[in-house]
Amino acid sequence: MNPSKTPVYVVGVAETPLGEVRDQTELSMVALAAREALAEAGMTLKDVDGIFVNYMGEEGSVQVGEYLGIQPRYGDSSDLGGAAFEAFVHHAMLAIAAGRCDVALVAFASRQRTRRLRRRTLAGQEMSLTEQFQAPYGLPIPIGNYALAAARHMYQYGTTSAQLAEIAVAARLWAQMNPKAWVREPLTVQDVLASRLLCDPLHRLDCCLITDGGGAVILTNAARARDAAKKPIRVLGAGESHTHWHMAHMPDLTVSPGAVSGREAFTMAGIEPADVDVFEPYDAFTITVLLALEDLGFCKKGEGGAFVETGALRPGGSLPSLTSGGGLSYNHPGALGILLLVEAVRQLRWEAGDRQVPDARVAVAHGNGGFFSVGATVVLARD
Amino acid sequence: MTERPGGQSAPAYGDPLTAPFWEAAARRELIVQRCQTCGHYQFYPRPYCLACQSDTVAWVTTSGRGAVHSMTTVHMDIAPEFTPPYLVAIVELDEGPRLITNIVDGPCRIGDRVRVAWKDRDGMPPLPVFRPEGADG
Repeated sequence: MNPSKTPVYVVGVAETPLGEVRDQTELSMVALAAREALAEAGMTLKDVDGIFVNYMGEEGSVQVGEYLGIQPRYGDSSDLGGAAFEAFVHHAMLAIAAGRCDVALVAFASRQRTRRLRRRTLAGQEMSLTEQFQAPYGLPIPIGNYALAAARHMYQYGTTSAQLAEIAVAARLWAQMNPKAWVREPLTVQDVLASRLLCDPLHRLDCCLITDGGGAVILTNAARARDAAKKPIRVLGAGESHTHWHMAHMPDLTVSPGAVSGREAFTMAGIEPADVDVFEPYDAFTITVLLALEDLGFCKKGEGGAFVETGALRPGGSLPSLTSGGGLSYNHPGALGILLLVEAVRQLRWEAGDRQVPDARVAVAHGNGGFFSVGATVVLARD
Repeated sequence: MTERPGGQSAPAYGDPLTAPFWEAAARRELIVQRCQTCGHYQFYPRPYCLACQSDTVAWVTTSGRGAVHSMTTVHMDIAPEFTPPYLVAIVELDEGPRLITNIVDGPCRIGDRVRVAWKDRDGMPPLPVFRPEGADG
């Protein structure tokens, strides 16, 4: 498609309640966020005719649709892990441009923290290939997979634990300016290195939070975007890819599918990495960010460690990144992709308060799913 | 389920495509598929060749040798059957395929040469693990 001929806009964003949520269900959280995001769009649930959800309800968009009282023309519950939401922007952009729906709701909520839903293994799925060839070896899920990628990156490129730790430190500096961030205490590289080693080389503070949360994003066409109460933000480009499920099948442990999704998104948008003012990479682990920086072309392959060491990601850095505090310090409800979009849009509307990146005009949200399995990239711009 | 030689029930996981792998494991042989048309080795098994798309794949016995492609020492307690610390690695066989495995009788580093060993399991075929070349046993 040519996004300059059929422009699609994000016209509303909202977070669900965050942190520890005991007075809501996942479905009610999605309803709250959807209504808040629709209010920004100057719309109600009655306007929504496309639903894009992952990890929600029974049969995904089917149950969400019933709960919200929506009988959509377009339903999508593709399971692309935490990257699903950037992929949903891709899908919704195409569906809207083709006229198959006019108002798309992308949403997610989880209470993984209060319900203690985290699994540490993939065991118990009888007959599956994972059960046969991965589970018997005790690779902790998901951290063990990321540790294998980090170890290989270190072996191949000399990346250090201190360089990975800098990513967590940058996230924390941003979180200190975000009143909604779950952790805001000062953090140093030494703190990260001194935290418990879980799966060598990843320490506890190389890992994201485990919180409740979620969000909603509303997309629509140019005509409907005129109703929006807040400034519409243009979707300039999007792309997605996936490469593997089992870690032994990742084609190159140092290259994520972001190499493809990033190229696709930048090509559609007609921009270069150097044009990006704000970067919101999925930060399940510090290594997740490092590969994203390289694979999307913000630095060369193997140079991510040196790049972050310059302070590039920090407030005032050359590539302000993780500006909400990210999954590492702000919120990580198990699938972070939706919140990357929310923060990117707020930065482009210039409503991010103390953490606002001055004059931000182009933002990239980059989702990661599974175990570096899925990459999905969205380029957003202030017109 | 049928009793097979070696006292193992097969197919071990109710998976008809991997049954030969686990039957070979019961004999302590590490097998993978090789394409009879293009020579490509692949693991886990498919009914066709991933490289050339032919359907002429056959099981062959590997050398059981390879190198550690990546490795992590697990310090977390994830389930009663795993006692930390232990090593989980991706081993690249000399024939090409990579597999997730454990390194036993370490120490070991990325790049080190390793050789298959077999870990006995109750009621299940032995599990292929690897030990550094030159380690005792």
